[in-house]
Amino acid sequence: MFGLLVRWTVSLHSYSGAGNPPKFGDYEAQRHWMEITVNLPAQDWKLLMRFTVLSSDLLIFFPSVLYFIHAYYDVHSRGRKADVAWHILLILINPCLVLIDHGHFQYNCISLGLALAAVAAILSQRDLLACVLFCLSLNHKQMSTYFAPAFFSHLLGKCLRRKHPLLEISKLGLVVLGTFAMVWWPYLHSRDAALQVLSRLAPFERGIYEDYVANFWCTSSVLIKWKRLFPTQSLRLFSMVATILACLPSMIQQILAPSSKGFLYGLLNSSLSFYLFSFQVHEKSILLPLLPATLLAMEWPRPFKLLTHYALFSMFPLVCRDNLILPYIALYALCIFLYHPPGGRWDDSKRQGSTPLSLVSVLLTLAYLGSLVLHIVYLTVRPPERYPFLFEALIMLLSFSHFVLFAFHTNTKQWMLSGHLIGSDKGKKQH
Amino acid sequence: MLQNHPEICRHLLWFFGVAACVKLLLIPSYHSTDFEVHRHWLALTRSLPLSQWYSDETSPWTLDYPPFFAYFEYFLSFFARLVDPQIVDVHQGLNYEADTVVYFQRISVIVSDLCLVYGIYRLTRKLEAKKRVAMWILVIWSPALVIVDHMHFQYNGFLLGLLMLSISYLQDGRDVMGGFLFAVLLCFKHLFAVAGPVYFVYLLRHYCRGGLLKGLGRLAAMGTVVVAVFAAAFGPFFYHIQQVISRMFPFGRGLCHAYWAPNFWVFYIILDKGLAFLLKKFGIDIPTPAASFTGGLVGDSSPFAVLPQVTPLSTLIMVLLALSPCLVKIWKNPHPGSVARWISYAYTCGFLFGWHVHEKASLHFVIPLAIVAVQSLEDAQHYFLLSIATCYSLFPLLYEAQEYPIKVVLLLLHSMLMWFGFSAKFSKVKPPTISDNKKTRKKGSSSSSSRSGEEGEFVIGWGGKCYIIGIVIVETWGQLLHPYFLGDKLPFAPLLLISIYCGVEVVYSWVWQLKRIMAD
Repeated sequence: MFGLLVRWTVSLHSYSGAGNPPKFGDYEAQRHWMEITVNLPAQDWKLLMRFTVLSSDLLIFFPSVLYFIHAYYDVHSRGRKADVAWHILLILINPCLVLIDHGHFQYNCISLGLALAAVAAILSQRDLLACVLFCLSLNHKQMSTYFAPAFFSHLLGKCLRRKHPLLEISKLGLVVLGTFAMVWWPYLHSRDAALQVLSRLAPFERGIYEDYVANFWCTSSVLIKWKRLFPTQSLRLFSMVATILACLPSMIQQILAPSSKGFLYGLLNSSLSFYLFSFQVHEKSILLPLLPATLLAMEWPRPFKLLTHYALFSMFPLVCRDNLILPYIALYALCIFLYHPPGGRWDDSKRQGSTPLSLVSVLLTLAYLGSLVLHIVYLTVRPPERYPFLFEALIMLLSFSHFVLFAFHTNTKQWMLSGHLIGSDKGKKQH
Repeated sequence: MLQNHPEICRHLLWFFGVAACVKLLLIPSYHSTDFEVHRHWLALTRSLPLSQWYSDETSPWTLDYPPFFAYFEYFLSFFARLVDPQIVDVHQGLNYEADTVVYFQRISVIVSDLCLVYGIYRLTRKLEAKKRVAMWILVIWSPALVIVDHMHFQYNGFLLGLLMLSISYLQDGRDVMGGFLFAVLLCFKHLFAVAGPVYFVYLLRHYCRGGLLKGLGRLAAMGTVVVAVFAAAFGPFFYHIQQVISRMFPFGRGLCHAYWAPNFWVFYIILDKGLAFLLKKFGIDIPTPAASFTGGLVGDSSPFAVLPQVTPLSTLIMVLLALSPCLVKIWKNPHPGSVARWISYAYTCGFLFGWHVHEKASLHFVIPLAIVAVQSLEDAQHYFLLSIATCYSLFPLLYEAQEYPIKVVLLLLHSMLMWFGFSAKFSKVKPPTISDNKKTRKKGSSSSSSRSGEEGEFVIGWGGKCYIIGIVIVETWGQLLHPYFLGDKLPFAPLLLISIYCGVEVVYSWVWQLKRIMAD
């Protein structure tokens, strides 16, 4: 019976979309791109745009989810029907995705959907298909590069275990090149055109961070004024190095011992490291780590809930700017309800082994309460004159600290999978 | 496996919470003039003295509900004034559309739905788990209720909650409470009075018995309770009672609403027009009527060309006639288990034959029928189609394009949930006596075995499947083909089609319900 609650998510998506005012900025940007082709009166645009997001969601994201679930539960061969249904529900009612795509207005569902399908393809051992899908995802939105290290290392690890590694690698390489060529075909006729596209894709002039994102550069800029100390070129270098260093452990693990579950953790780790250390990161990019987190939701329910909370929390200033507070509250409340179904099955069945009253969990609870208070404070209290962005900074700080904790936790988990516990400094079990 | 009460409460509140989230998301959606109506009543009750409540003319939306509802608005207006004083200003607040009033009113509906939740809780706490959850899905997650209450904007949730409470008390055998609550309900919205005869006969036979003296004594007791309730409501308006009555019963409005509810009169009108057309073809001269159907009744002229005129009195008589077999049944055997069935039947009759019926009134019989729907397989199958048809008939209420996916998805989702809920409840059982049950499973079959067991599988027969496919066809025609082929001509035609199509199901349901009651 609960199996069909999944359909419900369809309705949710349409509510967030249809019921809320569009946001200038992203909306106008997308609309402008389309207006180059079609002309319509303003009122119809809103409707059309919302419908396009909804239909692209339906056509791409939903089937990918189903494909993933099919592959995932094939591999792990457990899961009662109800569990499967809840898992689907959790992935589909990813509150950040719903808010951003249907409220704020973007088309993340397409690239995320394609990436998800690629993940599913890997889980079902169809590597070439996975390559194609991932390249398509990359070509839709370059943000999917967040997942690239994981894909790369996992596939490399797998290839190295096969009989003819070089052959496998070249097969994959060809497929990648081929997909890219197909998509870029109209622009490949001249070098200039291709370079034009590239430069638009990566606007490095914008600076290492914008607004208040919960990543390393922005948070540490409270103490170290990066923008003033270093020119953009060196900052670019720093961020690239930092990102690579951060996702290196998980990449190595996958190369040494590839596995499906490790791959999922690898996705989470690489996207988190990109989020934390990359160049010009937006708050919306938290979507990318959140996707693999939802895929792993059934494995570690409590940390996952916390992650969702902080992901939403880090997006709160953006939500307020867009007048999306109501859907934020409604979606948040809905998620709470969904994470605590009346039967209470998958939630309490696994205890992670630590005592409930350990210091860490007390701290976490305090932080959680603090974040709730901050929600209200942000809405009601006026920040002092000297620090007009005080509350954004606080939100960012809180979210960042939790994201870092998660990064440690998930990296540890990934290494625990293969049984290699390298480096006891990373091995401290945070729970 | 009887769960204890706190757990049931928690479970139920979970359902309510999930529904509330969805309703919250619907706050910015379309709302009809009913929204302004209720806002005006907030202002009216807050700013004007009691004596002027029913005679005020500031706005065309005059108070046409009985006094308890006015008191309810008065109560709400305290909070409204705290939120935004302009809401309750009679003149400044006219057609006030700011965010504050939208949020306030929408949230007040969501909160008042708690009354419905309590009513359902009382009704279902003694049922077994599957039946209980099925009922919760049918009522708390009813798409028709969401469409009418939370989008179009009305306060049916808590009124229906009162009705459910009353039914639950009657089912428990506590007749005085049941009667009391019904009287209270009547003083909130007099439209519920259609079930009055049922209550009267039932209470008379069930409660007022045990010998002449005791019976009379109980009759007096019940009477006092009812009179007391009415006195509390209408007492303060004693000197203006005529004005109150005239506002409450605006009979000048015409047989049919602007959009025709799927009831009997639709067929009557079609028949009339058809006959006029045919007779004209045969050369007989029929004068075209001066009045039209959608407007009010002008004087004494009848809008009907051929068939006799319909007056409010004649509709009342028809309703009573339709009710009478049921009343006879109650008189013979007033047992509490069938109370819900009789009350739903009463509202079905009222809907089919009443004067100036809104399509929203279908809620009055669909929601109580949910109580009955979980009792047996035939009831479930009947309810499945009925709720889909009545919900579909509400679609024209939300005519803006942005609500289109919402209403379609709500209906689809609910249908699927119903399907799965009923299938889970009525799963296939293999005893050998099942073979003759198979014949009664078809929707079109007239013999209804009143076996309230769980044998047989939940399937929809050919009739039902055709009907559902028909709905898809009607909708496709209305949305796509009609504008494509006919453009702007005959704009009323798709709505008429929906009315007729749903009317067929409602009439079928009426006949089915009557048969079921007689066979009981």
